[in-house]
Amino acid sequence: MSSAGSPSCSDQRTQPIAPRRVPNAVTSDDLICIDRVTFGYDAGRTILDDVSLAFRRGRITAIMGGSGCGKTTLLRLIGGVHAPNKGRVVFDGDEIDTRNREQLFRLRRRLGMLFQFGALFTDLTVFENVAFPLREHTRLPESMIRDIVLLKLNAVGLRGAAQLRIAEVSGGMARRVALARAIALDPELIMYDEPFAGLDPISMGVAANLIRRLNDATGATSLIVSHDVKECFLISDYAYLISSGRVVGHGTPAELTATDDPEVRQFIRGEPDGPVPFHYPAPPLAEGFGLQARRAAPSAEPRSAQRGERDR
Amino acid sequence: MTRRNIETLVGVFVLMGFVAIGYLALKAANLAAMTIGETYAVAAHFDNVGGLKPRAPVKSAGVTVGRVTSISLDGKTFQGVVTMELEKRFAFPKDTSAAILTAGLLGDQYVGLNPGADEANLAAGDTIRMTQSAVVLENLIGQLLYSRAAEGGGDAKK
Amino acid sequence: MNPHDLLAGLGRWALGFLFRLGHGAFFLVELLRNTPASLRRFYLVVAQIHAIGNYSVVIIAASGLAVGFVLALQGYYTLSRYGAAESLGLLVALSLVRELGPVVTALLFAGRAGTSLTAEIGLMKAGEQLAAMEMMAIDPKQRVLAPRLLGGIIAMPLLAAMFSAVGIFGGYVVGVLMIGIDPGQFWSQMQAGVDVWDDVGNGIFKSLVFGVACTVVALYQGYEAEATPEGVAKATTRTVVISSLAVLLLDFVLTAVMFSAPR
Repeated sequence: MSSAGSPSCSDQRTQPIAPRRVPNAVTSDDLICIDRVTFGYDAGRTILDDVSLAFRRGRITAIMGGSGCGKTTLLRLIGGVHAPNKGRVVFDGDEIDTRNREQLFRLRRRLGMLFQFGALFTDLTVFENVAFPLREHTRLPESMIRDIVLLKLNAVGLRGAAQLRIAEVSGGMARRVALARAIALDPELIMYDEPFAGLDPISMGVAANLIRRLNDATGATSLIVSHDVKECFLISDYAYLISSGRVVGHGTPAELTATDDPEVRQFIRGEPDGPVPFHYPAPPLAEGFGLQARRAAPSAEPRSAQRGERDR
Repeated sequence: MTRRNIETLVGVFVLMGFVAIGYLALKAANLAAMTIGETYAVAAHFDNVGGLKPRAPVKSAGVTVGRVTSISLDGKTFQGVVTMELEKRFAFPKDTSAAILTAGLLGDQYVGLNPGADEANLAAGDTIRMTQSAVVLENLIGQLLYSRAAEGGGDAKK
Repeated sequence: MNPHDLLAGLGRWALGFLFRLGHGAFFLVELLRNTPASLRRFYLVVAQIHAIGNYSVVIIAASGLAVGFVLALQGYYTLSRYGAAESLGLLVALSLVRELGPVVTALLFAGRAGTSLTAEIGLMKAGEQLAAMEMMAIDPKQRVLAPRLLGGIIAMPLLAAMFSAVGIFGGYVVGVLMIGIDPGQFWSQMQAGVDVWDDVGNGIFKSLVFGVACTVVALYQGYEAEATPEGVAKATTRTVVISSLAVLLLDFVLTAVMFSAPR
């Protein structure tokens, strides 16, 4: 189960993206399919190399990996910000064409994204931030917008903070406001970019709890990009592990915890040295210290690094 | 800052801007002098228009009564044709003469009208018959030198 | 560095310059394309006129007054040597309306409003606010950039007119009230010599062109800034430098075209 096989995308329809589906309708389709995608920002650097992933509807799927392995790039590909060099990205049965503005518009109305530090609009208040997508995309009267905004803020526990300016809001609170904004239009797909990074344990617990409850209550599909194994495994239904532009493992949290694959084990257990080496590539120690003429001195043992720190 | 406040302040700003533009146009520039009401067009032929420019004033007895609208060359007589707009409230006799004068010694040139005694008045589209061309400084100096030379020669003959 | 490297570096710089020029031109066209949409949400433009125009009024008015004072003082010194001191009003008005009003206003605008725009857009980009908008299916060019362009284009001629008006008043204060030139001569010479369309009109046209140039440069630098503190700092510096050079260059071109042809 944890071999790097590529799951196939199921049931490709050929009709254009249909209007909103009924929430809680459980089907066995994949909402999103990354089909053999290769992508790099410029010719020299390939970030993703022939990867295939599938994200089932109604589930929380985690995308994990070290820094710079391409997790955020995947989110951008799904959001239609970039086009893959090879392969395709399929959303709800339709291949995403980044040059088709109409399609992108309809696609983005159905997704909500939570950026790493919130990406709130600093010139607006908390209330206005959450109201922003409602005011832009709907023609609802102000009274209804007010009710919806307060409901969303209530869902994340910040109804009392509605009149605060963004500068007055703490980091954890900012992310909750951003979450409220991301769900303002009740999207089918919610993407979380590093939702746990830099949060204190309480805020982390709050965030994880919110993500799970939201997903279950609305029947949405959630994608979490993170490298926090513990929190992710607590709330995810499925997980992918990406390293060096490839999928090195995927499965349910239980399966991944029990796996034998050395790369997956190193990541999940946080071992400092393994398939991902501790030392940045360098000439042998003796050469580095100019000891080649003499007998080589015994090379020092790699000291164990702090958990989570990688030499990248 | 509420929406109303912002809009009000921007309104004030835009108003101040337009007031500034209006002030420049009216007090600093000659817009007020240019709107002179109803006019009728009259033409005059000159041998030499000198430095006369369009929008130069047309004066009679020193008072501005109109503006020069265009200057062109008559292809047949090779005279300069000056078209001007005169204010309707001033009617000039048909035998009015026009001269190109200079404001001050070296200033801008303008058209001076010297009214005649005819009972009939100039109508729109009429041409002024009697004209006096602009003074060309070089010719004047040449004349002076020539007349001085002639005088000197005359003296020598005596 | 050998001459070969030098030459290659020069070529690279020239190509980079041309690329940025073309890229900037595309950027301007994109913004203009999005202008009708932002006209429909006119409140956004109004908010930008407030941010750009209202907050610049103080510095523009103060500078205008100062420039008017100085013009009158310096002008009087020179004119009085030729017995032409009564033409001081004309001198002050023409200098301001034709040249100093549009140009100095544009330079001050680049420094005050241009850097503010660049920093704001650069920081919005660094904070992923623009990316967030895109993901919400809202085109940031339409919602954030085009209103600022319109705001700058509308605010600049108004500011230039205010500069000139205040400057003329300043000239009046120094020339008539302090030095003692006859006020009648001051105003009448001015009114006789300053033409509404040729002088005031051309000056306003100049400031419109400068408004487009300064605002586009500011927005472009902000939009293309690196998402780091140093990146934003460099971008604001570039805004001021490029705007100023562009204004002076355009001023030369426009003056040559508009004012040198004899009436």
